[in-house]
Amino acid sequence: MAEEIGTSPDEVQFRFRDGEPVDHAAVTVDSFLDQSNAAAVRIEPGDDARDLLPYLDRLALVEVNFPTFGDGRGYSAARILREAGYAGELRAVGDVLIDQLASMRRCGFDSFASDKRLDEDDARAAFDRWHDVYQPAADTRSPIWAKRHGRG
Amino acid sequence: MYLYDQYDQAMVDARVAEFRDQTRRRLEGKLSEDQFKPLRLMNGLYLQLHAYMLRVAVPYGTLSSRQMHALADIADRYDRGYGHYTTRQNIQYNWIRLEDAPDILADLAAVEMHAIQTSGNCIRNISSDHFAGAAADELVDPRPYAELLRQWSSFHPEFTYLPRKFKIAVIASDTDRAAMKLHDIGIQIVRNEAGELGAAFYVGGGMGRTPMIAPLISDFVPLDQLITYAEACLRVYNRHGRRDNKYKARIKILVHELGPDEYTRQVEEEFAHLLDQGVEPPLAELERVKGYFELPETLRYPGAGRDPALAESLDSDLRQNDDFRLWFERNTHSHRHPDHVSAVISLKPVGGIPGDASAEQMHLMADLAREYSFDECRVMHTQNIVLPHVRISDLRALWTRLEAAGLGSPNLDTIEDIIACPGLDYCSLANARSIPVAQKISQRFAASGRTAVLGELKLKISGCINACGHHHAGHIGILGVDRKGKENYQLLLGGSEAQDTSLARITGPGFDEDGIVGAVEKATDVYLANRAEGERFLDTYRRIGMEPFKEALYG
Amino acid sequence: MIVLTGNDLKSGAVVWWTGADWSVHVDDAVDVGDEADIITAREEAARRVNAPYAIEAARDERGVRPAHIKDRIRALGPTVRPDLTLKPAEPDIGNWVI
Repeated sequence: MAEEIGTSPDEVQFRFRDGEPVDHAAVTVDSFLDQSNAAAVRIEPGDDARDLLPYLDRLALVEVNFPTFGDGRGYSAARILREAGYAGELRAVGDVLIDQLASMRRCGFDSFASDKRLDEDDARAAFDRWHDVYQPAADTRSPIWAKRHGRG
Repeated sequence: MYLYDQYDQAMVDARVAEFRDQTRRRLEGKLSEDQFKPLRLMNGLYLQLHAYMLRVAVPYGTLSSRQMHALADIADRYDRGYGHYTTRQNIQYNWIRLEDAPDILADLAAVEMHAIQTSGNCIRNISSDHFAGAAADELVDPRPYAELLRQWSSFHPEFTYLPRKFKIAVIASDTDRAAMKLHDIGIQIVRNEAGELGAAFYVGGGMGRTPMIAPLISDFVPLDQLITYAEACLRVYNRHGRRDNKYKARIKILVHELGPDEYTRQVEEEFAHLLDQGVEPPLAELERVKGYFELPETLRYPGAGRDPALAESLDSDLRQNDDFRLWFERNTHSHRHPDHVSAVISLKPVGGIPGDASAEQMHLMADLAREYSFDECRVMHTQNIVLPHVRISDLRALWTRLEAAGLGSPNLDTIEDIIACPGLDYCSLANARSIPVAQKISQRFAASGRTAVLGELKLKISGCINACGHHHAGHIGILGVDRKGKENYQLLLGGSEAQDTSLARITGPGFDEDGIVGAVEKATDVYLANRAEGERFLDTYRRIGMEPFKEALYG
Repeated sequence: MIVLTGNDLKSGAVVWWTGADWSVHVDDAVDVGDEADIITAREEAARRVNAPYAIEAARDERGVRPAHIKDRIRALGPTVRPDLTLKPAEPDIGNWVI
């Protein structure tokens, strides 16, 4: 049995998908690849998100850990999963701070479980800060160039 | 030049609101300094030796007169009446209050400017050729591509917490005036054999403690894949760049450790994947942006040669005044339209602070840009200002007004035209002062009359290993170090940031402040004693090597 | 002596711990002995100072002189702009830094 890690549903402070937060204990990428039947996995900054691509259809939850907010590898991990069609819950965990929420959301995170409880008002303001965006990412927002050329 | 539409304006306005909110949370104690620091840095706000310092982005170095006036107003209203133009074509203010910073950003936004991503581990302000759009030798104006990259990289959600800072330069001439190969990504717009425009990508250059010249990783990326290719370069770096050691975190180390071939292979793989992801703006967007960079109507159609009446007017001015002639010969650059030149305003008066300009001088430069240069000026990475499109018959009047304001120094590309970082007088990272060394050198050479004899000689001074003063790329470089609590200066020779990019080598043991001035003089003695006809200092050094210089300095 | 320095959070001005408050004049600095960590933690938490740190200094006939050139420049101002230092009337004040 792989060692269980990960967050519980009541640690999820913000969520942008229907239904209840996925309540599976996550395992490490190594454990998962080592024949685990787990439906939830946790990616650490050094892990290669692409290792999970063959198994996306049996995953209900991917947690991406940010041990420190300054380590931005998790943003690429999230986009890579979404680009490959992963549609399950994608949860940012760890040192997740208010001023990173908007970028994380754009990279495909739809669930947020910070180490520390975030100020609700400040966090909502952060999620809603950017009316438009300059580039496409893993969300559904049209970039400014698409709007300029009638594709938005 | 580029003008914001309602989208661009809304983005900078939202950024001002965001930073106002972040500043409030910092002052209320909701954000610790550790949490706030990367946020303020991404808005160009440092904590320096004496106060906060604000670095304002000047995208590809281009400013309108209205923007230049606004920069002067900020110097007066929020700072101490001056600003410092940097080797990144930006401007920074040294005496900023945190409380004022959101208001300053709002003032900048009112003139379509910002301080976004002028620091932090993100994609920095995009730099370019200071003669872009004007130079006779360029293929196309590189700035539309830089603007496309500016928009793509602004608030890029995936690349805001890179392993380290990331600098991109775009040029479109075989003559490199932007130190392109010394950037994290250097892009040269080129034409292939089929006559199509595309982008050559050089990746993994840089200065700092481990200087490297960027290898070419793709000789031709089609223009409708430019952004996608840049995104692939960045994603490979974000995922695999080193994060265990700050000093090995720049992309140059990744490219070096993987080898250019393996890095390129990974980029090509990511690129192939990203081509299906729809990240590329349509060519119509490039065309829209290009429209803003169209030359003024009168400059668009160069005739066969110079208008005889204008040429005679210039010749007459040149005959009448030797000082004006010297300035014309040194400080102007040929324009694609023969009736015009690009004129360089030197911010290097003898004994002055390289790159500093008072608010008054900025106002004047703004006025001159409006009157003589189609409302446009440029910041050079050599810390001077360019008026890109000046009619030759207006030069005398322009020069007369520059002279009166202390801005007429005729010393472009001479030993007096020194690049110097702020050094220990202002910078908390510095180990030694740079500015006093620059002042003493320019005074020494101006007094001895040797400036003219030496011709082109690029001298660059950094006050620490981070190399903001580009010392690795100087024909003569000076690096300030801390030697047992005393300032000490190492001498380097043989660097270049032009198309013949090379990295300078250190001569040997360092010197104290007076000693380094004497050492520079000795190095120029060796050059004068050995130079062949037509050779610059750099050419002679490359021909005779380091030994004769070492012998003169230490023998 | 050990003195504490940092920057004022709002203005960014260089400040020195006087024993009761923060002053822009280095000569007001007091020896904090082995109390540096306690004072900096308390003052930073109260947001009365930003990025404080302790340095070596000596008191001589001219006042308090930080041991390192960087802190002497912080105490005075940029040596290349005497008009902007704290002692604009003393033209040779730059020598104090070196």
